[in-house]
Amino acid sequence: MKELTIPITAEQILEFHAGDAVAISGIATTGRDAAHKYLVDRLIEGPKPLPAEDERIFDELKKIYRGGAIYHSGPILRNDAGRWSIVSSGPTTSIRDEIYEDKVIAAFGLRVVIGKGGMGPRTLAACKAHKAVYVHGMGGAGVTNARAMVEVLDVFKKEEFGLPEAFWKIRLDRFPGIVTMDAHGRSLHEELGKAFDERLAKLLRGESGG
Amino acid sequence: MNVVCDAKSRLSEQAFGEAIFDLVRRTAFELPADVEAALKRAHDEEAPESTARMILATFLENMALAKEKQAPLCQDTGMPLFFIHHPPGLSHRAIRRVCEEAVARATQGQFLRHNAVDPVTGLNSGNNVGKGFPGVFFEEWDDEALEVALMLKGGGSENVGRQYSLPDDALSAGRDLEGVRRVVLDAVRRAEGKGCPPGILGICIGGDRGSAYLHSKHQLLRPLTDVNPDPALAALEERILQEANTLGIGPLGLGGETTLLGVKIGALHRVPASYFVTVTYMCWENRRRAIRIESDGAYRFIG
Repeated sequence: MKELTIPITAEQILEFHAGDAVAISGIATTGRDAAHKYLVDRLIEGPKPLPAEDERIFDELKKIYRGGAIYHSGPILRNDAGRWSIVSSGPTTSIRDEIYEDKVIAAFGLRVVIGKGGMGPRTLAACKAHKAVYVHGMGGAGVTNARAMVEVLDVFKKEEFGLPEAFWKIRLDRFPGIVTMDAHGRSLHEELGKAFDERLAKLLRGESGG
Repeated sequence: MNVVCDAKSRLSEQAFGEAIFDLVRRTAFELPADVEAALKRAHDEEAPESTARMILATFLENMALAKEKQAPLCQDTGMPLFFIHHPPGLSHRAIRRVCEEAVARATQGQFLRHNAVDPVTGLNSGNNVGKGFPGVFFEEWDDEALEVALMLKGGGSENVGRQYSLPDDALSAGRDLEGVRRVVLDAVRRAEGKGCPPGILGICIGGDRGSAYLHSKHQLLRPLTDVNPDPALAALEERILQEANTLGIGPLGLGGETTLLGVKIGALHRVPASYFVTVTYMCWENRRRAIRIESDGAYRFIG
């Protein structure tokens, strides 16, 4: 298990390779479908100047994401006397954000994208060009992941997006995952996919079919 | 207390509601024993030091933590689907209302995530109750007791379900069990890591497009250890399970020996023109539990 501490530099991120098991520590946010649409359509590509509230969120997110991480997850949270904590928060399917993630990586200087299921060629190219990695989280392991999300520091867009889709600013402590797309342009998903195709073809050759 | 009653008696909604609430809680927090055993076996079969074994160890740890902390196993508590067997004379509307209230209460208690979204307005109902949400399905039987099975069906695995219309040229799949085998293996390949493997397949051969998806979900209620009473389907289940596990997809699609934990196949009569093969994918965290409520109101978990 390699320790990955954010914020992290371009040089440091190159030391991580597809296949490495990692434990991530530092400050990040959650962000899934609505968050990515907002990041790109409003903050990055929307008409400027931004409304004051969006400008404030943009500034906050720039601070978190420069060298930092976004986690594709829609958590379950608890609020005890005004204090939020994470109850269960595994990764959600990342490919839905494929049309946005390269722009987010480029605009914010994001170095770590955490999710599940892998992402496509656009994100892989952005990881290589801007020195970022994709970390595959432990899908379904909501409670194990929540244990590594030790503190909820802030939240953005909670009212508009609802609890699962808001940006939850969190502190990670040894959050578990596996690098599956690295900053050298290697994708474990691409490589494994070819092997799956070959094995399926072999099974289907086994019978002539109907 | 008279939960199960004839049409003239009144359903004791409060006691029934408590039982359903307990069912929701247990389903969100604790996997059934057969699934837990299958995951342990899968863990032991992966190579020491492998990524697959490390992932499965995390799954086992998550299961233990969720049980200990009484917290939802996965943040995606999915769509709650209730399958109810009941004696004659019960009001479906009353039972549906009790299920909805139990789900809303469980949502308030953070057992379930806010998951019911209006597709037109985009608004989340905030209590997991909406049109057709939760799903409640009924079947009448002669038993005096009531049995309620609950499945929490996560979105990630639901998205990778598929329906094939045979013949399928590209897969050389004709209208027979060999054709079924071919398209099901294709579905497993296409799902790869996206359905959170090692998964469980619920399959329906035949039916129409609607009935087939529901019937495929019924198959997922079967224990992993049962044997299909139809020998042809039992053999096909076994073969697909064994072959899918040679694809190498493994836990979370990152490579490994165990791609599927189980394959369960049912069949419905079809019209001559149609031959559908419908695959519902269930993630490794197969959250399904069942209770039996006796006519005196006492209930116990049966799955």
